[in-house]
Amino acid sequence: MATTDTVSGTALSGPIVVKLFEEKSTRWFLLAIALLVCVMPVLNLLVPADSAFHVSNYTITLLGKYLSYALLALAVDLIWGYCGILSLGHGAFFALGGYAMGMYLMRQVGDRGVYGDPLLPDFMVFLNWQELPWFWYGFDQFWFAALMVMLVPGVLAFVFGWLAFRSRVTGVYLSIITQALTYALMLAFFRNEMGFGGNNGLTDFKDLLGFDLQSNLTRCALFVITGLILALAYIFCKWLTLSKFGRVLVAVRDAESRTRFMGYRVEHYKLFVFVASAVIAGIAGALYVPQVGIINPGEFSPINSIEIIVWVAIGGRGTLYGAVIGAFLVNYGKTYFTGAFPDLWLFLLGGLFVVTTLYLPKGVKGLLVDGKLAKYFSRSGSVSKTSTEGV
Amino acid sequence: MVTNISLQEKTVLYLNGVSKSFDGFKAINNLNMMIKPGELRAIIGPNGAGKTTMMDIITGKTRPDSGDVYFNNEVDLTRHSEAEIANMGIGRKFQKPTVVETLSVFENLELALKGKRRVWDSLFFTLSAQGRARIDDVFEIIGLGPRRSILAGALAHGEKQRLEIGMLLVQSPELLLIDEPAAGMTDEETAHLAELLKSIAGTHSVVVVEHDMEFVRSLNATVTVLHEGSVLAEGPLDKVQKNERVIEVYLGR
Repeated sequence: MATTDTVSGTALSGPIVVKLFEEKSTRWFLLAIALLVCVMPVLNLLVPADSAFHVSNYTITLLGKYLSYALLALAVDLIWGYCGILSLGHGAFFALGGYAMGMYLMRQVGDRGVYGDPLLPDFMVFLNWQELPWFWYGFDQFWFAALMVMLVPGVLAFVFGWLAFRSRVTGVYLSIITQALTYALMLAFFRNEMGFGGNNGLTDFKDLLGFDLQSNLTRCALFVITGLILALAYIFCKWLTLSKFGRVLVAVRDAESRTRFMGYRVEHYKLFVFVASAVIAGIAGALYVPQVGIINPGEFSPINSIEIIVWVAIGGRGTLYGAVIGAFLVNYGKTYFTGAFPDLWLFLLGGLFVVTTLYLPKGVKGLLVDGKLAKYFSRSGSVSKTSTEGV
Repeated sequence: MVTNISLQEKTVLYLNGVSKSFDGFKAINNLNMMIKPGELRAIIGPNGAGKTTMMDIITGKTRPDSGDVYFNNEVDLTRHSEAEIANMGIGRKFQKPTVVETLSVFENLELALKGKRRVWDSLFFTLSAQGRARIDDVFEIIGLGPRRSILAGALAHGEKQRLEIGMLLVQSPELLLIDEPAAGMTDEETAHLAELLKSIAGTHSVVVVEHDMEFVRSLNATVTVLHEGSVLAEGPLDKVQKNERVIEVYLGR
C-alpha cells in the first residue's frame, strides 16, 4: 500500500489534515502568501518613503487587487480544472459579491455624500428618488452585507446550476449560457431603474467598519486580509480536491457517464462545486471593491469572464496554485503593458492565450514543474511525483 | 410472436414488449426477455440488432417508447436515472473500456467500491479496512496488483478491460451487464475472463453481449439471439446454432 501513497500524489494515508500539508506545493504556496502579507505592509508602513526598500501605497493596492483576482482564478480552477465546467460567466459572481460590498460602503457614507442625504446614496438623490428601495435595506449592517456577499452569488449559482446540470447541459453549450448570464446581468445593471447606480456603479466610498479607506493602515489591512482569505480558500479547495469528492470531480471531468453508471449523482456533485466556486468568487469581488474604490456594470462584461479563463489556462489548470500564478502574471503584464504599450495589450493577451494553448497545455505550471525547465529548478524525484496530478 | 412472460416466478430482469425507435428506426422492437437470479446469459446478434440500446434502456440511459422493464419483479427501471439504477445493484461495463484515465488504478477501484454515493459521504470519506480488503481481493482476481499506483490511462487495452471488470466487481451489483468484454484481450485473458464470469454467476446474475463465438461457447450459458430489435432465438448455443433463421440472418454468413 505504501507505494500507492507516495506515487499517486493524491495520498491515501493518514487523516486529511496531514495529507493537506504533505504536498510540497501547498507548503510553498502558503509560505509565499505568508511572506507577502508579512513583508509588504512592513515595507510600506515602517520603511521611510525615501528608502529603496519602501513599497508605495500604489503597489500595496495593486497587489491587493491581484490577490483578489487570484482568489477569483482559484474559484474558476476549482470547477474548470477539476470538474471540466468551463464557466465563461464567473465574472458575474465576482461582480455580485462586489456590489453587495459596494452597497454596504455606500450606506456607510451616510450624510457625508455630495447631497448630504442621511439615508439615500448620492445617485438616488440625483435621480430624484424619495425612498430607499427595499433591497438596500440591511446593507447598513456589515454582517448582513457579508452574508449577502456569499448568499447572492451562491443562490444564483444554485438556481442556474440546478437548471443547467439537471438538464445535462455541458461543454460549449454550458459555456455559452454562462456567458449569456453575465451579459444579461451587465445590461440589467446598466439601467438606472435597477437601483445600483446604473452606468456609474457605486463609488466615492468613505470607510469600512469605521476605518478610513484612504489611510495606509486600512489599505495594508485589506491587503493582509485578502492574502489570508486567499490562503484559507486555497486550503479549502485543496481539501475538496484531495477528498474522495475531488476524485469524483475528476471522474466527472474525464468520464462523466462512467461516473453515473458507478452510481454517483453527477448533477449533485457539479452543483455543489459550482456553488462553492461562486461563493469564493463573490468573496473575491467583495475584497476587490474597497481596494479599488469602485464597482460598476463593466465588471459583468463577458470579456472579463473570458480573461479569468486566460489567467487559469496560462497558469496551468487543475493545480490551484497554477491559477494563482496565472492571475498574478497576466495581471502584472496587463498593468505594465497597458501603461507602456496601451494599444498592444489585447493583442498580447490573445497571443499569449494562443501560445499557451498550442505549446503549453499545462500552462506555466507545466513549464516549471513538469517540463524541461523543471530539471534546473528541482532536485530529482519531485518531478515524477507532481506529474501524476490531474491535467 | 409475443410470448407473455408471467411474473409468477422470481426474475432479476424482466423485459416485456419493449420498443424504442430513433428517427423512425426501430432499434428495439417488442423485445421480451427474462433473466433469473444467478443466471449467466449471453446475448449475440449482428451489428444493429439492438444490443447496446437494450443495455441503455436497462441502465436508464435511454427511455423506451413502450413496454415494461422490471428489476427484481418490482422496480420499474424506466422511471429511474442511471445513478439510481446503479445504486440499486445493476452494474454496467461499456463496449469501449471506460475507466477514469487520470486517476490511478487503485483510485478507480476505490471510486467504484460499493458504498454511499452522496456528496456529503464523499467529502468525509475514509477507506475502511473492509473496503481496502475488498479492493485487494479484486486485485487478486483481475491481476493488476503490481500496477495499482499507475494512472489508468497508462494501462494497455486488455488491462483497461480487466480494470473495468474489477470496478464492476467492487461495486458488487446483483446484475452485471457486460458489453463485449473479450474485445482486445489475449486468448489467455479471454479464457481467464470466461472462468471469472462463470464463477460470478450463481451469486450474481450476468448478462454478456459478445461477438466472439469461441468466448460464448466457453461461457456454456443460455444464448439469446437478437435480430432487428427482438429475440430471434433462445436456448443453448448448439441448439441456437442449428436454428435455420439464425443461420440465415447471422451465423451462416
